[in-house]
Amino acid sequence: MSALISIKNLTRVFDVSKPWLNRVLERRDKAYLTAVSDVSFDVEDKTVYALVGESGSGKSTIGKIVVGLLPASDGNVEIDGVDLATETDPAKVAEVRAEVQMIFQDPYASLNPRWRVREIINEPVAARGGKTEGLAEKLLEQVGLSAQDAGKFPHEFSGGQRQRICIARALASNPRIIVCDEPTSALDVSVQSQVLNLMSDLQEEMGLTYLFISHDLTVVHHMADVIGVLYLGRLVEEAPRDRLFSDPKHPYTQMLFDAAPRMDGFGREVDPPKGEIPDPINPPSGCAFHPRCPLAVDRCKKERPEMRKIGDTRVACHLAE
Amino acid sequence: MDKDPVLSVRDLVVEIPTRHGILRPVDRVSYDIHAGEILGVVGESGAGKSMTGNAVIGLLDPPARITHGEILLSGQPIHNIKREALRKLRGKKMGMIFQDPLTSLNPLLTIGDQLTETILEHLDVSQSEARERAIAALEEVGIPAARDRIGSYPHEFSGGMRQRVVIALALCAEPELVIADEPTTALDVSVQAQIVALLKRLCRERGVAVMLVTHDMGVIAEAADRVAVMYAGRLAELGPVREVITQARHPYTAGLMASTPMASQGAKRLRQIPGAMPRLGALPHGCAFHPRCDRATAECRADPPPRIDYCDGRAACWHPLAQKDTTKGEPA
Repeated sequence: MSALISIKNLTRVFDVSKPWLNRVLERRDKAYLTAVSDVSFDVEDKTVYALVGESGSGKSTIGKIVVGLLPASDGNVEIDGVDLATETDPAKVAEVRAEVQMIFQDPYASLNPRWRVREIINEPVAARGGKTEGLAEKLLEQVGLSAQDAGKFPHEFSGGQRQRICIARALASNPRIIVCDEPTSALDVSVQSQVLNLMSDLQEEMGLTYLFISHDLTVVHHMADVIGVLYLGRLVEEAPRDRLFSDPKHPYTQMLFDAAPRMDGFGREVDPPKGEIPDPINPPSGCAFHPRCPLAVDRCKKERPEMRKIGDTRVACHLAE
Repeated sequence: MDKDPVLSVRDLVVEIPTRHGILRPVDRVSYDIHAGEILGVVGESGAGKSMTGNAVIGLLDPPARITHGEILLSGQPIHNIKREALRKLRGKKMGMIFQDPLTSLNPLLTIGDQLTETILEHLDVSQSEARERAIAALEEVGIPAARDRIGSYPHEFSGGMRQRVVIALALCAEPELVIADEPTTALDVSVQAQIVALLKRLCRERGVAVMLVTHDMGVIAEAADRVAVMYAGRLAELGPVREVITQARHPYTAGLMASTPMASQGAKRLRQIPGAMPRLGALPHGCAFHPRCDRATAECRADPPPRIDYCDGRAACWHPLAQKDTTKGEPA
C-alpha cells in the first residue's frame, strides 16, 4: 500500500542570527536553529497520524511544511505522489493544494473578524473560481451549527463554535488531508470532547486523513492510529497507538508517559523528569536526549542513533530492544 | 482536621454592575482550606474559578466587588479591610502564583532584587540576610547554582525555571496560604510534572494551605486533597478528590470527568455534555445546569438546588446521582 503523505529526510533550518551590524560589532557568528532534523515517516490513506512532543520539538513546523506554508530546507514531502516543491505541472499543484487543508490552534486568531462566516467558509473555493452557492450553509449544518449562522461574524460565536467554523472552512474544498495543529488545546474539556467527536465522525463519513499535532497524550491516545514522538526536531519513536502506549521503547517516550498526569493517579508520587529541553541552536552531540537519559552510555554522546525497526515500532535509540 | 482552617470563605458573592444589569461571577460560594492541604478548584472558563481566587487575595478589578459573605484568613476577616492593610497581608500571609510566569515578573529587575524587595517589605531582616534568604528560597524551589543566578534577569530563564522563581517569590515571606492560578497551564508535560511535585513537597514540608485553580483533571487527581467544582459562578460539588472523580454526585461533575479523553480510553466516541455553559447575563432559572442536564425536572427549572451532604463532601443538586452514603440535606 502506498502512503498518501510520504515525508523523507525532512529538515528545516531557521536563520536566527542577529542583524549584520550586531554580528560585526559583537563578533558573533551566524546562528541557525534546526527545527526539524532528518524526519521521515509515511501517513496511510484514511488514517490519523499524530505527532506528539513538547514545545520546540518541531511538530508545528512539520505541519506547516506539509500544507506548504513553509518551504523545507532539505528532504521532501510527497502528497499522493506529488512533491509540491518540485512539481512543474500547475494543474497537479492546484489539485494537491486543494486536497490539503489545515485547522489551527487558536480559533480566535484564525478567523478574519471583519468577514462574515459565509465569506470565510467560501473563500478557499471562491479563490479557485469554484461555485459557492449554498456551500457555507450546507457545511455549517454538517459541523453542527445552523444555516442561519452564515450571516454572522466570528465574534458572535464561542471558542468551540469558532473551531467548528474552522473545520467547515477546511472541508469547503473537499480535501483528503487535514493537518490539525493542536485543534482543541484552546478549548475547555466538555467542548473539546464535542469537537473531537465531530472530527472522528467527519473522518469516517468523508474518508479523511488527519495529520494530528498535539502535546496532549490523552487526546492523541483517543484520536490516533499511528503516533510519532518528536524530541528536539527529531523523530525518536513511531508506533501504532496501542503498541506505543503498552510498550514504549524510547526512554524519552517512557519519560513523557510517566510525567503525564493521570486521572486515577490519586496522591501518585512521580519522580519528575530531570532537566529541560536543550537549546535547539546548540543541540547535544549524538542522541539529542542523552543529557537527560537515565540509560545513556558513551556511544549516545558520540553517535546519532538511526531509526531501527523493532516489531511494529520504529525507534531511534542505541539501546532499545 | 479539627484545627481551624487557614482560609475560610463563607457565602461569598462577587458582583459586577453593567449597563444590562448586575452579573454575579461568584454566587454564594463557601469553602475552607486547612494547613497542609491542597484544594483543587476546577471548572470551565468563565465558571468563576479565578474570580474566586482574586476575591480572596483582594485583586478584584473594579467594578467587580464583594457584595456579600466573608473571607477569613486564620480567623481574621479580610474582605472588608483597608487596601493598605490588605497590601501588608498580600505577600506576607498570602502568596499568589499566576499562569504566565513571564508577565508576573518584572523584566527590568534581576530576580535577586525582586526577591529581596519582597523579603525586606514583609520581614524584619537586614539587606544581607534578605539576600541569603533569597538564595535559600531559590535553592528550595530547585534552581541550580542559585548563588550565581540571583543576578540574572527573568528573560535569561526558561519557562519552567521562571515559574520556579515565581513560586520562590510567592513563598519567600513564608505565607500561610498560596493561591496558584493555573500554575502549569503554560508549561510542557515534563516541566509540569516537576512543578506539581514541587508544589506538593512545599505544601507537605511547610504546611502551607494551597488553592490550586486548574482545568486539568489529571493534575487535580494527583495533587489535590479535596476538589471544588464550579459551574456558572456556583459551587456544584465539593469533596475529597477520589470521591469527586470516581463517584461524582452532581451530574455536571460526572459529565465533566467522563468527557475527558482519559476517562474514555478505548471508547470510540468521547462522552459529551450537550450545549455550552450559559453566559452570566443569561443564567437560567433554578439550577444553572438544568438546560444541559438529562436528569432535569420541573423543580430544577423552578428553584435553586438543595445542598446534599455525603461523608466528607457536598453537592448542590435536586437529583444527585445515586452513590453509596448519600443523605439528603435541607434546602440551602
